[in-house]
Amino acid sequence: MSSSPTILFADIDEPGLNRIDVYRRRGGYEMARRALTEMTPETVLDELLASGLRGRGGAGFPSGKKISFIPKANVDKYLVCNADESEPGTFKDRELMQKSPHMLIEGIIIGAYAAGASRSFIYIRGEYAEQADVIDAALAEAETLGFIGENILGSGFSLSLVLHRGAGAYICGEETGLLDSLEGKRGNPRLKPPFPANQGLYQGPTVINNVETLATMPHILRIGGSEYAKIGTETSAGTKLVSVSGNVQRPGNYEIELGISSRDIIYDLAGGPPDGREVKFWFPGGSSSPVLTKDDLDIPYDFDSLAKAKSMLGSGAIIVVDDSVAVVSVALKLAKFYKHESCGKCTPCREGTRWTVSMLERVDQGLATPMDLDIMASVQEQIIGNCLCVLGDAMAMPIGSMVAKFREEFETHIEAARARNPFAGTTLAGGRDDSDPVLIQGAAGA
Amino acid sequence: MIGRRHKRELAPTSAVEEPQGELLPVAPVRDVTRFSHGSRVPGWDDAVDLDKDPAQIPDAATTPVPQTLRTEIEAHMAKYPDFRSAAIPALAAAQRHHGWCSPEAIWQAACVMRLTPGYLVSVASFYDMLETRPVGRHAVYVCTNISCSLCGADELLDRLKDETAGDPEFNVRGFECLGACDIAPMASVDGVYVGPITLDEVAVLVEQIRENTPPLPGKQLRRRKSTDPGAARAVAGTADADAARAVAGAAAPLSPKRSHGTPRGGEPSGPPAAIEQGPPEEDEE
Repeated sequence: MSSSPTILFADIDEPGLNRIDVYRRRGGYEMARRALTEMTPETVLDELLASGLRGRGGAGFPSGKKISFIPKANVDKYLVCNADESEPGTFKDRELMQKSPHMLIEGIIIGAYAAGASRSFIYIRGEYAEQADVIDAALAEAETLGFIGENILGSGFSLSLVLHRGAGAYICGEETGLLDSLEGKRGNPRLKPPFPANQGLYQGPTVINNVETLATMPHILRIGGSEYAKIGTETSAGTKLVSVSGNVQRPGNYEIELGISSRDIIYDLAGGPPDGREVKFWFPGGSSSPVLTKDDLDIPYDFDSLAKAKSMLGSGAIIVVDDSVAVVSVALKLAKFYKHESCGKCTPCREGTRWTVSMLERVDQGLATPMDLDIMASVQEQIIGNCLCVLGDAMAMPIGSMVAKFREEFETHIEAARARNPFAGTTLAGGRDDSDPVLIQGAAGA
Repeated sequence: MIGRRHKRELAPTSAVEEPQGELLPVAPVRDVTRFSHGSRVPGWDDAVDLDKDPAQIPDAATTPVPQTLRTEIEAHMAKYPDFRSAAIPALAAAQRHHGWCSPEAIWQAACVMRLTPGYLVSVASFYDMLETRPVGRHAVYVCTNISCSLCGADELLDRLKDETAGDPEFNVRGFECLGACDIAPMASVDGVYVGPITLDEVAVLVEQIRENTPPLPGKQLRRRKSTDPGAARAVAGTADADAARAVAGAAAPLSPKRSHGTPRGGEPSGPPAAIEQGPPEEDEE
């Protein structure tokens, strides 16, 4: 493969792609038809396994394997599409759903067929009202033409699809939190095991996939699993949508072949930081990923290379921070976000995020000493791995990495803030969480 | 202790009542007493008053529910294998009907769903978009997460708050990442994503919201073309559907469309030509 392929974004700006006639003219629903009428669920699954596709939502778990965990027993099985794209910095699914909703629906048909699921759901975050309307319209079209419903295309396979709108909660992007929310409860994560593949939605076997993962499935069938595996690197097959944002000149979604250098993404595609500025640090995979510095820009952008650099690819959201920004202000912003979004079920996360915010505020206001940085680091250590889900870890890892990599700046900041009037404000201090939900966790902020 | 401090801070005697206006038909809002049981949320005293028995499922005979609301909630309940799944859609519907998740709204949703009000309150209090106190009817969410903050979202929020100060029609709040960092700083205006918003445009935006006209039409997200040069090339910067189809028509699924950013160790061939970042205003209108 000499030049980088465009798969998901090949037609993305085609006018009217959200309508089924345009989508079908571009070859849409052909792969669903082929899967349902010419292939068995096993052969579809074989293609997905051969493709080496890894989940695009954040964890990077092999998608084919995830489906293969679904028991074969004759019970109600579910497929849930996780469209609760709340990871700060991520907006790839938004663009896919808005512009090519049928690609997602086709992927859901294929995924559900491989898993043997007869009911499927799209859990879309409530903020995405426009995108939900687009999907609603697309779903109505697909139902009219018989791609969703009973006995699809005469294959004997039936699938229902329900669009479920959330109401604004980051934790509902976590798969078990999402299931609870979809069941009409507060979105608290569940204890695992049992994993959703065995006991998920309504206690039935459930496969949960990200929008991008599902949207890739029709293309895998079209290209062929083994051919798809040749794109990208050995362990990170295929292309990936990356959302680049922050201090860059051309923020946006870019489809890249996994394994290209991160510098190419940030500088060539997104235009790099504004003139005269330098990259100070960057989040490679959403705000939950440990930060990397400008020395790490040549790391290949794929799952394993980033893991080796002690960070992660996550949802593919690159947030670039340039050298005009104080690291403390970003850390405080980040901590406030996780404190607000912590569901409060597990103590280390609920208290850890809260205390981290308090400590960072002390740092910012000049009330801290360098020793507080050690205490803060130890708080992060006690959060990681001690909760039902990874929300707490998602704060602890980037904050920990910031303190480790920019310790000198933290200390300088503390000294400078102490030298000033202790309450002299700083750039991002005193953020937006002004109606601190102390008594009712998760209640509306600001 | 902290809780108590907040109780004092959060118990404005008139500030909460003032913006209610006609949005609040019946809600019995008492001032300080509503925090006596630990709840900072107005209007829910009856449901959580520890001296009382927990509220039961509302009696359908004595709970009037508007027919449109009942129909909508029942339609949601029918979609799911378990009717409880409709809790969020039902609360959202009740909120649209009543302006916020008032006790009356909760009661009506509970009556239709045959659930206790307490159950629905527990759900409503969890989610950011379900309002547990009276708010203005125009929801303006300003994303203040990292990416947007780096682009000036905090100043935008301050300006918006200043501009709408005292107007009970507005519910301006800072929100967590809205998933539109490419148009930072941005806001979701009654569900419509708009950005990037400059501080100069705030006054215009507020005026447009007041007049119920589309907010900053040229800057709405749905008009934007993809930033990816590989995708942008398919339409070659034109809004002409037929021309676009002709260009994209021959595109194989693996068509190599990009000429820059060599992935496999070659020399990068330089950044692509500047992409039109501005909204394609010729699209519509």
